Amino acid sequence: MSSTAEHAESHAHGHGLGETVTHNAAKFGMWLFLGTEILLFGGLFATYALFRAKYPDLFHESHKELDVTLGATNTIVLIFSSFTMALAVSASQKRNRKWLIILLAVTFICGAAFTVNKYFEYSAKFHHHIFPETNIFFALYFMMTGLHMIHVFVGMGIILALIIMARQGRFAEGRRYTPVEVGGLYWHLVDLIWIYLFPLLYLIG
Amino acid sequence: MSAHNHTEEHHTGLRVYVAVCLALFVLTGITVYTAGFDFGDLNIVIAMVIASIKASIVALYFMHLKFEDRIIWIYALYPLFLLFLLIGFTLMETFTRVPVIK
Repeated sequence: MSSTAEHAESHAHGHGLGETVTHNAAKFGMWLFLGTEILLFGGLFATYALFRAKYPDLFHESHKELDVTLGATNTIVLIFSSFTMALAVSASQKRNRKWLIILLAVTFICGAAFTVNKYFEYSAKFHHHIFPETNIFFALYFMMTGLHMIHVFVGMGIILALIIMARQGRFAEGRRYTPVEVGGLYWHLVDLIWIYLFPLLYLIG
Repeated sequence: MSAHNHTEEHHTGLRVYVAVCLALFVLTGITVYTAGFDFGDLNIVIAMVIASIKASIVALYFMHLKFEDRIIWIYALYPLFLLFLLIGFTLMETFTRVPVIK
C-alpha cells in the first residue's frame, strides 16, 4: 500500500484512529512491563537494604574493592546512550532515517562499551579471588550487576533489530515508528536501574 | 500531560535533551563528590535523593512521561508504591522483632 493510499484510508477512518490506538497500546504495554521489571529488581533492592542495615561494616569494607572510576565511567556511558536513544526516537518521529540509524548505532556502541568495561571489572574481581560466594555484599554485587548486564544485552539486541528495521525503511514516511519509541523506553529503564546501582554498590560512604 | 494531537508526537527540542544530558552528568559528579565525605547515615540519603532526581529527569524527559496521559502516570508510579511496601515492610519487620521468651 502506498503512503498516499494509507493516508486516504486513515482520513476515512478518522485521522488514523486505529494507528493511534495501536501506538498507545504498545506504549502502555511497555510501561506495564517496565513496572514488572522494577519489581524484579525490587526483590534484590529489598535484600540489599536488609543486609546493608544488618552488616554496615562488611558493606563498607567490601565496597572498597570496587573501582569507582570504572563505575562512574559506565554511568556516564549509559546516560549518554540514553541521550542518543532519546534523539533517535526524535529522529524517527521526524522520519529522518539517516540520523535514526546513526543515533541507534551510537547507542549500540555505548552499550558495547559498557559491556567491555564490565568485563574488565568482573575479570579484575575474579583475579583478586572475589566471587559471589565471597560474602553477602559480593553475592548482591554480582547478582544485581549481572541481572542488569542481561538487560543491557537484551537492549542491545532490540537496538540492533531497530537498526535493521530502519535500514529496511520500516519507519519511513507514513509508517509507524512505534517500535523505536517502545524500544527506547526499555533502553531508558536499563539506564534508570544503573542510576541506582552505581551509588548503592560503588559509593557506600 | 499536555493535550496531544492525533499522531501522538511531541518534539522535545535538541536543546532540552542536551540540557538534560548535561544535568545528569553534573548530578553524577555531585554523587561521586559527596560520597567522599563522611556524613554518617546522611550519605545514603544524599545518594538516593540525587539518584531519584536523576531517575525523575530520565523518566520525564527521555521517556516523555511529562507528555503522557494520566493512565501512563498511574502505571509508572504504582510499581514505586509496591517497591516502597516491599522494602519498607521488610526492614520494619526485621528490626522490630522481639526475642521470644521461653
